Amino acid sequence: MLDKIVFYFFAGLAILSAVLVVTRRNAVHSAVFLVTSLLATAGIYLQLQAQFLFAVQIILYVGGIVVLFIFVIMLVNLDVALHQVQFNRQWWLAILLALVLGAQLAFAFAVTARNPSALAFAEGRAARLEPNTELIGQALFRNYLLPFEIASILLLVAMIGAVVMGKKRI
Amino acid sequence: MIHSLLEFFEPHLLPLIYALVIVLVLPLVAGYIVLLERKVMADMQVRLGPMRVGPHGLLQPIADAVKLLLKEDIIPENADVWIFWLAPLVSVTAAMLAMAALPFGPAFQIADLNIGLLFILGISSMGIYGIVLGGWSSNSHYSLLGALRSSAQLVSYETAAGMALVSGLLLAGTLSLRQIVEIQQKQGLWFVFLTPVGFFIYLVASVAETNRAPFDLPEAESELVAGYMTEYSGFRWALYFLAEYANMVVVAAIATSVFLGGWLRPLASVRAFDFLDYVPMLLLLLVAGYCFWRTPRQPVRVQQGFLAAVGLLCLLLAAALAAPIFVAPQLKPAVHGGFWFLLKVFCYIYTFMWLRFTFPRYRFDQLMRLGWHFMIPVAIVNVLGVGVALVLERQYGWGLGPALLVTALGTLAVAAWLAWVGERTESPVVGGA
Repeated sequence: MLDKIVFYFFAGLAILSAVLVVTRRNAVHSAVFLVTSLLATAGIYLQLQAQFLFAVQIILYVGGIVVLFIFVIMLVNLDVALHQVQFNRQWWLAILLALVLGAQLAFAFAVTARNPSALAFAEGRAARLEPNTELIGQALFRNYLLPFEIASILLLVAMIGAVVMGKKRI
Repeated sequence: MIHSLLEFFEPHLLPLIYALVIVLVLPLVAGYIVLLERKVMADMQVRLGPMRVGPHGLLQPIADAVKLLLKEDIIPENADVWIFWLAPLVSVTAAMLAMAALPFGPAFQIADLNIGLLFILGISSMGIYGIVLGGWSSNSHYSLLGALRSSAQLVSYETAAGMALVSGLLLAGTLSLRQIVEIQQKQGLWFVFLTPVGFFIYLVASVAETNRAPFDLPEAESELVAGYMTEYSGFRWALYFLAEYANMVVVAAIATSVFLGGWLRPLASVRAFDFLDYVPMLLLLLVAGYCFWRTPRQPVRVQQGFLAAVGLLCLLLAAALAAPIFVAPQLKPAVHGGFWFLLKVFCYIYTFMWLRFTFPRYRFDQLMRLGWHFMIPVAIVNVLGVGVALVLERQYGWGLGPALLVTALGTLAVAAWLAWVGERTESPVVGGA
């Protein structure tokens, strides 16, 4: 019971603030609601016993990326943005995508209505998730070392590329 | 119904009480840190500092708090009211929430989290929002510039601080602050002796992270009036101040837990130094004696009474600290642990004050160059060094001490090289830019 209340609170908060991110005219307000949405998602991670993911979500997204967003927003002139058209007119594409998503959800509902266990996740045992950080570390550095290193190098390349493109003279 | 509610809350009762204690006591502590800072500053500048309110100015924080609460609350005309209202709250909440995972002693900790240190780092990184949003919503150039400087500084130095903590984590092998302290107890050696370079980097980075001199550029009064809180007054300003001092306590507590042995007594594993257990009691007895000695010399009746009350309080605390030695030895870790932890935290904060009144302020480009060209590379090399030392110990059978010594010397060599290169390539900015 309490689990459900907590989940619907965080999920509702995440969706509501995500909608507000899109509809606010002031970009700083949008960024604040983006933070709320990310924090609510972090709360759901915490409820799923994924403590490490919770911490990383807050440190990286809330404490890092959105701060850079706000940094950029403050440096541009907000008055110009206030007078521009807020939404672009791509109705048909949006409707198409919404239909695809709706069809997927309807399919999932239909399947689970007939057979409730068809799409159920494997039951995670709480004992297997503890200690969370150590388990993730072992998974990343033992079982998935090569993909992990490839991803790190990709990120490094992207970072260096951004610096090279951003600077006129190195 | 009530019974089931009680049953639900029962395991959470103690943490709730702890949380309440922290929320209630922290403003008082912050006020007295401010008083201590003014007294230390006065001492270093050969003055007396606040002397009027209460004996030796002991009631000054109360007077300041009352003044701030009664001041007019001004909101600038073109400010973004909601965000202006929200920003100081974000700062204070982040600072206070971070305390949830700190072990103030073996018995006093709200929650021992598996991700303890990550939790504290994440929550305190949210404190940036208080500063950035406050500076932006004030709709003032000084505030905005202060906020931009501050966020740039925090983002840069957070990396160095995080890397410095990683070197401690490598030695401990856990993120839970309680376990980090227990491992230091088991090894009989604080991590500051195992990775002094990491501790030094954390010390410098934590000064920068709390926006204090010599890195207090976000509020450099000669350039920016008061930085991001220029437009704030009264209670909201007090909230910012509270957040700043709470952050100092948080970084000091992190450094104490990770590097300085947390609640452990100095030389806790050496039997010959057990006489140090008497130090807390004797220290407080000394303070109490001083208070009673000064009581008749106070000019006013009220001040005499207050000083005598302070003396009595010290006597009571001394009795509390003496009880584990003479009466109830099972209470010793809890009571004495709390004492040593707070003592270390205050020594760390005293170092902050000492630095503030000793060094002149950096220029902003110097600050950034120091952060990115020196602190972060040295912190990364230090992490590598500690890692190599651990491999040498576990795979090749070296002693941990010699291995760490070799890698620390290597790290210092790299640091010296970086400093040398930095000095050679530093472009003359004055007049040029």
